[in-house]
Amino acid sequence: MSTDTLDGRHTLRSKRVRSALRTVAFMSPWLIGFGVFFAYPLVSTLYFSFMKYDGLNPPTWRGLDNWTYVFSDLPKFWPAMQNTLWLAVVMVACRVVFGLGVGMLITKIKTGAGVFRTLFYLPYLAPPVAATLAFVFLLNPGTGPVNSLLEAVGIPAPSWFNDAAWAKPALTVLAVWGVGDLMVIFMAALLDVPKEQYEAAELDGASAWQRFRYVTLPNISPIVLFAVVTGIIGAMQYYTQPIVAAKVASGVMGGSGQTFEPGYPDDSTLTLPQLVYNLGFGRFDYGAACVVALVLFALSMAFTALLMRRRGGLIGSGD
Amino acid sequence: MTTTASTLDRTVTSPAEKRARRTAALHWIAVHSLGIAAALFFVLPFIFVFLTSLMSDQQALTRDLTPDTWHWENYTRVFDTPGFLTWWRNSLLYAGVGTALVVVSSVPVAYALAKFRFRGRHLSLLLVISMMMLPPQVVIIPMYLFWAKQMDLSGTLWPLIIPMAFGDAFAIFLLRQFLLTIPNEYIEAARIDGCGELRTLIKVVLPMAKPGIAAVALFQFFYCWNDYFGPQIYASENPGAWTLSYGLESFKGAHHTDWNLTMAATVLVMAPVILVFFFAQKAFVEGVTLTGVKG
Repeated sequence: MSTDTLDGRHTLRSKRVRSALRTVAFMSPWLIGFGVFFAYPLVSTLYFSFMKYDGLNPPTWRGLDNWTYVFSDLPKFWPAMQNTLWLAVVMVACRVVFGLGVGMLITKIKTGAGVFRTLFYLPYLAPPVAATLAFVFLLNPGTGPVNSLLEAVGIPAPSWFNDAAWAKPALTVLAVWGVGDLMVIFMAALLDVPKEQYEAAELDGASAWQRFRYVTLPNISPIVLFAVVTGIIGAMQYYTQPIVAAKVASGVMGGSGQTFEPGYPDDSTLTLPQLVYNLGFGRFDYGAACVVALVLFALSMAFTALLMRRRGGLIGSGD
Repeated sequence: MTTTASTLDRTVTSPAEKRARRTAALHWIAVHSLGIAAALFFVLPFIFVFLTSLMSDQQALTRDLTPDTWHWENYTRVFDTPGFLTWWRNSLLYAGVGTALVVVSSVPVAYALAKFRFRGRHLSLLLVISMMMLPPQVVIIPMYLFWAKQMDLSGTLWPLIIPMAFGDAFAIFLLRQFLLTIPNEYIEAARIDGCGELRTLIKVVLPMAKPGIAAVALFQFFYCWNDYFGPQIYASENPGAWTLSYGLESFKGAHHTDWNLTMAATVLVMAPVILVFFFAQKAFVEGVTLTGVKG
């Protein structure tokens, strides 16, 4: 402390004020952003969930009607919920298993590791709209190369994005293709596993599976959990791929003036975020849209809490 | 002496060593075959898309995998499509200005969260992470009403660009994780030398934070470039404000059967992202690990 004489206490206090002002100044972009783009709209969403509002006529009080409408009378709500949960379970599981597999493979590759890693990582970068368009083309039942190849080897080819039973698996293939982010995370975690533990296990005569089960998995389990939870949170926001796939596969295009009902085929690709969009901007039922938005909020925050539950959490508080 | 011993080893090998060497060779082959199989899975879609983009209109409707004649002019035809150049300009504007704004507004916040000790910093961090995890659809109705009714800015790129000037949760989080790795001693030394906080940030911290900033800039650029939901909400009514990501989907609509042109357009949307990646691979991978693993 450079406080010299009698003024010590006074300087200390003004110092504290100054440091508080400094903090506020540095934080100010985010403080404003938090208020305007998070707190205020979140409270508004709650407010609109009790109102009847179409954007034209002034909002009127509707009480819990929007809520009962969404949960018991809106035929699309439960399919959207089911699809979102299906994607959160199956798609996330496939991505984590495949990402871990590819991550392990890349740590074992001795020759040309850099080239392999780049090739494995590239699809993660493909813009979602472009990647989805590409996959609708690749998997299209008539002329798509994938079905040509499948039929050439005698496997009955599914109709993928045009078949309600296969549309979500097709989206899963697309998601697994873009697994590069998980690969990098797992790769970093795998390289951190202490070598001595493998050597000790080998001396004890552990098989490859046992080494994986009793050395690798326990060491990387926090990262696996991280990948699962962030994957689920991602599934709650899953929007672009299913909507683009449905639009392009069904042949109803943007800008053509036709109103598009998402979920093609047969609501099989309808997710909760799409339902918010459809209710709000397709039907101008802002009240019901806000109810679904709040369901989405509750689900996302529950999983976010899980992510940060332990002190320091999976993300780490940094001290 | 040791060299002769090792050459001897190579010529006269015990059966056990021979077996070990054979296992190692088989292991090498197995791992690399698996690697090639995986590489095919990741790369073939790009190749099929590219090959189709060079087919004639008729051939693109067949099951052929490779073009008979290479129609490079498909790429010029894509640019002749009304709107395509405008979408490029809009995407570059959104991604370029958006990235610059996010970096400038997020750096001081991340710095404060990483290096200042103040009451409420844990809560602030918690809120930043919550914002990061929040689906954009949760607040979209009030946000749309705000931009469209109060600000009268729907049909423009402004509702997408302006919020970038107020920090982005992911950028703040990633930068904070990076700044934590910079030793406090540098900052304290600067303070003792009488350096103001802002000067410390600009003169001392920023030069050391370049890789972190590069990662944030890349992620933000890709986020804007790839964004579909934002342009759909705010720009859909005015084709003059469409971005590539949003326009690409309707491109298929305008060219109903022309998979070749659609795939050429797809290549053109993917190309900048992949080009940027090849020049900045390290920063990108660093960013993924930084946000993926412990702080």
